[in-house]
Amino acid sequence: MEKNMTEETAAQTDASTPIMTARGVDVFYGKKQAIKNVSLDIPENQITALIGPSGCGKSTFLRCFNRMNDTIDSCRVTGDIQFAGQDIYAPKVDVVALRSRIGMVFQKANPFPKSIFDNVAYGPKIHGLSKSKDHLEDIVITSLRRAGLYDEVSDRLDEPGTSLSGGQQQRLCIARAIAVDPQIILMDEPCSALDPIATAIIENLMDSMKEKYTIVIVTHSMQQAARVSQQTAFFHLGELVESGETESIFTNPEQERTQNYISGRIG
Amino acid sequence: MPDYILTTSPQMAKRHARHSRFQWYGRLAIAISISFMLLMFTAIFARGTGAFQKTMIAVDVEFTESVIDPKGTRVEMDLKQGNYKPLILSGLQQVVTGATERKDRNRLYKLVSGGAVFDLGERVAAKPDMIGTTQRVWIAASSEVDLYIKGKVDPESDEAVRRLKDQDIAWVKLLQEDGRVKRKFNRVFFTSGDSRAPEMAGILSAALGSFFSLLVCFLIAFPLGILTAVYLEEYAKKNRLTNLIEVNINNLAAVPSIVFGLLGLAVFLNFFNLPRSTPLVGGMVLALMTLPTIIIASRSILRSIPQTTRDAAMGLGASKTQTTFHHVVPLAMPGMLTGTILGMARALGETAPLLMIGMVAFIVDVPKGVTDVATSLPVQIFLWADSPEKGFVELTSAAIMVLLVFLILMNLFAVYLRRRLERRW
Amino acid sequence: MSDSRDFTLRRSNRRNQIKEYAIQAVLMACSFVAIFTTIGIVASLAFEAYRFFGRIPLADFLFGLEWSPQTAMRADQVGASGKFGVLPLLSGTLLISFIAMCVATPLGILSAVYLAEFARPKTRNIIKPMLELLAGIPTVVYGFFAALVVAPIIRSMGSGAGFQISSESALAAGLVMGIMLVPFISSLSDDVINAVPQALRDASYGMGATETETITKVVLPAATPGIIGSLLLAVSRAIGETMIVVMAAGLAANLTANPFEAVTTMTVQIVTLLTGDQEFDSAKTLAAFAIALFLLVLTLGLNIVALRIVDKYKRKYA
Repeated sequence: MEKNMTEETAAQTDASTPIMTARGVDVFYGKKQAIKNVSLDIPENQITALIGPSGCGKSTFLRCFNRMNDTIDSCRVTGDIQFAGQDIYAPKVDVVALRSRIGMVFQKANPFPKSIFDNVAYGPKIHGLSKSKDHLEDIVITSLRRAGLYDEVSDRLDEPGTSLSGGQQQRLCIARAIAVDPQIILMDEPCSALDPIATAIIENLMDSMKEKYTIVIVTHSMQQAARVSQQTAFFHLGELVESGETESIFTNPEQERTQNYISGRIG
Repeated sequence: MPDYILTTSPQMAKRHARHSRFQWYGRLAIAISISFMLLMFTAIFARGTGAFQKTMIAVDVEFTESVIDPKGTRVEMDLKQGNYKPLILSGLQQVVTGATERKDRNRLYKLVSGGAVFDLGERVAAKPDMIGTTQRVWIAASSEVDLYIKGKVDPESDEAVRRLKDQDIAWVKLLQEDGRVKRKFNRVFFTSGDSRAPEMAGILSAALGSFFSLLVCFLIAFPLGILTAVYLEEYAKKNRLTNLIEVNINNLAAVPSIVFGLLGLAVFLNFFNLPRSTPLVGGMVLALMTLPTIIIASRSILRSIPQTTRDAAMGLGASKTQTTFHHVVPLAMPGMLTGTILGMARALGETAPLLMIGMVAFIVDVPKGVTDVATSLPVQIFLWADSPEKGFVELTSAAIMVLLVFLILMNLFAVYLRRRLERRW
Repeated sequence: MSDSRDFTLRRSNRRNQIKEYAIQAVLMACSFVAIFTTIGIVASLAFEAYRFFGRIPLADFLFGLEWSPQTAMRADQVGASGKFGVLPLLSGTLLISFIAMCVATPLGILSAVYLAEFARPKTRNIIKPMLELLAGIPTVVYGFFAALVVAPIIRSMGSGAGFQISSESALAAGLVMGIMLVPFISSLSDDVINAVPQALRDASYGMGATETETITKVVLPAATPGIIGSLLLAVSRAIGETMIVVMAAGLAANLTANPFEAVTTMTVQIVTLLTGDQEFDSAKTLAAFAIALFLLVLTLGLNIVALRIVDKYKRKYA
């Protein structure tokens, strides 16, 4: 199994070692199959975009990476997904540990009804990451800085997170995810509810974040995928149609379906 | 690549342990509530089932004409009120031969129900031929004997604290040896009204009082409730008046039930001089009390009916009223009826407001209409629970069982209606 | 097209028009019954209470430490020697309600959390109807059980532990009332917990929080206003509850915080004052209306505050 995989990965990647690999992943909701036999590599410290028309299963696939699908009773995942060489669906794997390594930012900004500070401090607190109050404060401020939000909120950290604007709320959610110090951040259409200016800020932020984190982003906007990502995977009807470097996917797709989608004929 | 450990660390194990502990707290909380309920049901069933049977004693009664009807007129009234006590007593004395002293005779006679003489009177009046013959008649035992036969009196306990003395128990044993004691279905419990003697008390008058009260309650609350709901959902414009009505309904739903009783007392009884202690007033009070429930339930049903139904009718040129009453209300009717029945089930169990309007009297006669003095099942339970006589504990529990059966039937009927008539859209 | 077709858009039929208005008027009249009921309640209580305060000063009623209406039994004694201080009744009511809430709050909220977050649909479908059954049991049944079973158990447990517990203790009534309130609190809290958006739970799970951490640190704090609202509604119920206390709490107006003593409540006194055979105009019977007015103000006040909180909460997540 392992040998087989190294061969495959070697065949697919060129730029960087994959931190995550998916092999033959199927996802079922009850009897309905949402993802069919998908294999994909996520290279480290890059941004991978999952694109495709709505309902193509890209979000479902994203949620497999930190086992968020576990929270849905009828959902069943088969196949092999590895994080740093470990099968994340193995029985001995603790989802708590997994999700502290692989954070997530959701489509609609969902700050807790707590203060800005407590929102960011939530993760470090539950995982026991801070040794002292000062340390916790350090973590919160660093995370807010990395999310590019600190300058805007430094004087009102005890105001509720819900009082921020939409774009700020989404960056707060990013800061909240960063605070746990994950290796990978999954983003599920993080800008779909935001205006173009807020979107641009977040796109810039992602670009600077990839130095430290690996990012997988689901987006329905091809322009966004083209702007921010290095790798792109195109999904259609639950299948992975094509994946590779963003530039080649957009300029020179191999598959006709990809071509049709990019030129706007399906979607 | 660094080694990212995904297995459970000791710290995580603690967190998972906290989680499973917390889950157990939830299970425990539910278990406490439900076992309390089961304990309550068991306690009531254990005490109440006995009441559905009563103890009878066979007595050979010599229907002597000179005692029953010395003038030989055979007038029904006289036969009913004849002096049967010495006849019963001498019948008992045939078995219990030792009881000849006055004091003993009185104690012996107390083994049978005080109602036995009326029972014999009825029988003789129905069949005057019996006079002059000797017949074995089964008559009701007293409540104390009944409890003893059912094993609820401990003969080993201190004689001073029980009503049935050792002597009495010995006599009962004599009767038992002679095959003169048996238990049979307690028909009296279902066919008569209240009584001071537990062995003669029944729930019929209370049950009918409840029935008449609920009837009045339904006749008032159902039309008023659904029409109000229809007005608020289909007609009313959003203005201050509508808002006032809505606030009123919500607040009325939270007014303690006893306050509705005081309303009934002050307005219906003292101001309008309606007859006190009657199902009419009881039903009116219960109606006002259930009204908010019915309105709130009916409104949510009306709201669930899709706008397309109304649009379709309006589009054909139907007026507002035609749309509402030909299309919307019929669709909502099953749901509104269900809500009403559930509201009435609550009203059936209500006690406090009825106490306020005097439906708490000692009612022997069976009420025949809404203006007869009556009580209700829960009030009867309250009255019996308050009685010092031990025999009433059994009756109280049995009456609770009957009340619960009615409540369950009403709830099942509501569920049935909903399943049967509810339309899916 | 023939000329006979009528294209007028005028209101052609006056009779239909009148019918529409008439029906609307009838419907409107029906909805006024709720207003009349409220007016009736407030007016009758206020009128009788006003007459009562003509005999007993309002301050004596509100701040009096003693309640013994029995001494004013004879007509010529009215107002002279009866003691109508409501505080012992209020303290008794609050003591029993407090005991009830001590039982009902943890049980109700934990049950709701379990049903809303942990229980599988199958389990939920069994347990929910059972709790509803608990809610449907008439209070007279609870009262009977409290007096017949719970009070003797508590008393014998007390004497086993070496201290005296009155046979009609606040504890017995409070415990049973607490169980009565469990389904009430759990179903309201269940609604409130379910109204917390799934997105908040996802955010918490997405960071690696366990279910319990998500519930205690995210869901419950978010639901707190709604839960407080439902607890206030439950308190309002406990204060207005009559039959359990009539049957299990007793008549002794003790100003005490000791749960093992017998206390009386406002509702018990209303029942006692009005179920005897006395003339309607005595200070004793009028006092019942004064207590009821006090009770109404208390429960309605609680209720209005509670509904405000719940409303505000619902709008937040609407």
